[in-house]
Amino acid sequence: MMGPLLAVAPQPIQGFFDLVNLLCEPWLFFTLTMVVFFAAIYFRRTLVKPPVALGILIASVAAILVSFMSPQFKAEASKPDNAPIFMLVYITGFCIWLAFWQAVKNDERLARGEKPEEYEVGKTRLHVWPYLLYIEGIVAAFVLAALFIWALSLEAPLEQAANPAKSPNPAKAPWYFLGLQEMLVYYDPWIAGVVLPGMIISGLIVIPYCDPNPKGLGYYTFAERKLAVTTFLFGFLIMWVVLIFVGTFMRGPNWNFFGLYEPWDVHKVLSLNNVNLSQMFWQDGMGKALPAAWWQREWPGFLLILAYFAVLPGVIMKLAPKLYRDLGFIRYSVLVVHFLVMLSLPIKMYLRWSLNLKYIVSIPEYFFNI
Amino acid sequence: MANIGDRVRQVLDEHIYKNVVWKSVFRHGFPDTDRNRTLVVLSNVFLHLHPAKLKGHAVRMRYTWCMGGLSFFMFLILTISGVFLMFYYRPTPEYAYSDIISLREDVPLGMFMRNVHRWGAHAMVLIVWLHMLRVFMTGSYKAPREFNWGVGVILLKLTLLLSFTGYLLPWDQLAIWAITVGTNMARATPGVGHEGPLTSMIGIDAGYDTFQVVHSKSDIRFLLLGGSIVGPPALLRFYVLHCVFLPLVAGFLMAVHFWRIRKDGFSAPL
Ligand code: HEM
Repeated sequence: MMGPLLAVAPQPIQGFFDLVNLLCEPWLFFTLTMVVFFAAIYFRRTLVKPPVALGILIASVAAILVSFMSPQFKAEASKPDNAPIFMLVYITGFCIWLAFWQAVKNDERLARGEKPEEYEVGKTRLHVWPYLLYIEGIVAAFVLAALFIWALSLEAPLEQAANPAKSPNPAKAPWYFLGLQEMLVYYDPWIAGVVLPGMIISGLIVIPYCDPNPKGLGYYTFAERKLAVTTFLFGFLIMWVVLIFVGTFMRGPNWNFFGLYEPWDVHKVLSLNNVNLSQMFWQDGMGKALPAAWWQREWPGFLLILAYFAVLPGVIMKLAPKLYRDLGFIRYSVLVVHFLVMLSLPIKMYLRWSLNLKYIVSIPEYFFNI
Repeated sequence: MANIGDRVRQVLDEHIYKNVVWKSVFRHGFPDTDRNRTLVVLSNVFLHLHPAKLKGHAVRMRYTWCMGGLSFFMFLILTISGVFLMFYYRPTPEYAYSDIISLREDVPLGMFMRNVHRWGAHAMVLIVWLHMLRVFMTGSYKAPREFNWGVGVILLKLTLLLSFTGYLLPWDQLAIWAITVGTNMARATPGVGHEGPLTSMIGIDAGYDTFQVVHSKSDIRFLLLGGSIVGPPALLRFYVLHCVFLPLVAGFLMAVHFWRIRKDGFSAPL
C-alpha cells in the first residue's frame, strides 16, 4: 500500500534491504536458516511462551509490510498464485507453535513423573454428538466462509493462451513442487526429479517401521522423541517450506539466485566454472590428463559414494548401538539409507558452494551423473 | 409460564419426533439423553464415520487441529465446484482456454466457482501436509497405526497429483510451462526415460546399427503426455486423470483410511 507512493524506499529501509540482500548468498542463507532451526529447537521453552510467540508474529508481519516497499518483493508477493505461500508460512508456523507449546508443557509434567495432559483429559469419555460434531460443524463453516472470501477477493490467474514456442523465464513449477525444482540445481533430473521424490514417499512410508521408540504415542512431546522429531522437522521445514520460499522469492530469470529484495536482472551473469570430482582428482590433484575410459576416470567418485553408504552406517551403528539392536539389520539399513540420502542434499549444496563441485561421478555417455 | 426452550421442546416432542415421516428417516428423539446421543451417530451412515463416544483429548482442537476432517471437507468442496466447472469446460486446445475465459465472463457464478476450485486446491495441499505434521507430532503413526500412516502418504501423493494435473487444464502459459518443467524430469527416469541413466544400455545391437528400445517416442514421459511435448493428447490425459481416475482412487483410499481409523481406535496415551 505504501509501495506505489514511494518510488524508492526511505534511506534506513533501503539499508535494511541491502543488508538482507547481502545475507542472501546461497551458502550463508541456508546456514542461517539451519542455525535458526536448531536454535529454535534448543530455545523452545522460551519461544513457546505466548508473549514471545506473539512478539515474533508481530515482528514478522512488520517485516512483511516493510518488504512490500521493495518493488521486486511486491511484484512476486502480489502474484495471486503466491498467496498460498504466506498461508503456508503463517499456518505452518502457528501449528508448529501449537505442537511445541503442548510438548513443552507435557515434558515438564513427564519430568515431574506425571502423565501427559492428554491422559488426564482423556479420562472423560464424551459423546461425539454434540461435543465433536459441533466443533466440526463450526470449523467447517469458518473454513468455508474464509474460502469464499478468498475466492471473492482474489481472482485465479489466467495468463496468455498456451504458446509452446514462447517459454517464460523463469519457468516455475507449482509452488508445492518448488523444492524439487530447487534440487535440480544440485542434482541431475534423474536424482532430483525421480530418485529423491521416490525416496521422500518411501521414506515417509517406512517411518513407523523404523522408529523403535514406543514412547510418545498419543500426546505431544519433544523430550521423549528428540531425534525423530528433529529429523522429521528438518525435512518438513528446511527441505519443504524453506525451499518453497527460496524457489518463489529468490529464484529469478535463468534460475539465478537473487537476494530477497534484489531486482531480477535478466542479464545477471554468474561465472559458472563448476568442475567434476574427476577433474579435481586427476588434473588438479595428480597433474595428469583425464583417463579416457569412464571406469578409470570415475573410480574416485564411486569410491567416495561407496564409502558414504558403506562406512557411515557402520559409524552410526557404533554411535547408536541401541538403534541397531532394536531395529535389526534390514530395518536399520532402510532407515540409514533414507537418512543418508536426505542428508546428501545439503552435503551436495555445500560442496557446490565451497568447491564449485559439479558431479561426484560423471558419465555423460550413459546420462549417469551424481 | 414455561420458558421458550421448554416450549420449543414440547412442540418438537409432539409434532416432530412422533411424526411418521421423521420416524421413518431418523431413529431417535431429541439428543439430550445418552441413548439418543448415541443413536444420532450410530443410526446415520455419514455420522457413523465417528464412534459414538471419544476420549476427551481426541475431541479437542488443540490435539487434532481438525486437519484430517478439513482435508476431507476440502475434497468434498473441490468435488462439487469441480463438477460445476466440468459443465463448461472441454479438454481440447481449441476450446480449453476460451472456455475458461467464458467461464469468467459469461457464466453466472463461473468466476466464483473457478476461484473456489483453484484456492480450495491450494488449501487442500497445505491442509493435508499439516494433517501429516499433526499425526507425526502426536506419534500417532506408531503401532497399530503404521499401515494407516502409509495409506495417508499415498493420499498425500494423490492430492499433489490431483493439483498438478489440474494445473494444466486452463491451457495458458502458466499451465503448459509449469507442466513442462514438471514432466521434463520424467525424461530422466532410470531405464525408462530416454535421457535416463542405464536407458541407452537397453538396446539391440544389430551389428551395423543399434536399435534403441527406449527413445523419446517410447519412454515414460511419452506415455504420460501421449506425445513428446505438452500438446493436445497431454491435455486430454491430464483431464481424464484429474476428473476421473485420481478422484476415484483418492475416494477409495479415503474409505480405507477412515475405516482403519475406526478399527485401530483413535490414538491416545497409554
Ligand atoms: C486426503 C488426505 C487425507 C484425509 C482426507 C485424511 C483424513 C483423516 C481424518 C478425518 C482423520 C481423523 C483424525 C483427524 O482429523 O486428525 C485422520 C487420521 C489419521 N490420518 Fe489422515 N487423512 C489424509 C491424509 C493423511 C496423511 C498424508 C497421513 C500421514 C502421512 C495420514 C495419517 C493419518 C493417521 C495415522 C491417522 C490416525 C490418527 C490418530 O489416530 O491419531 N492421513 N485422517
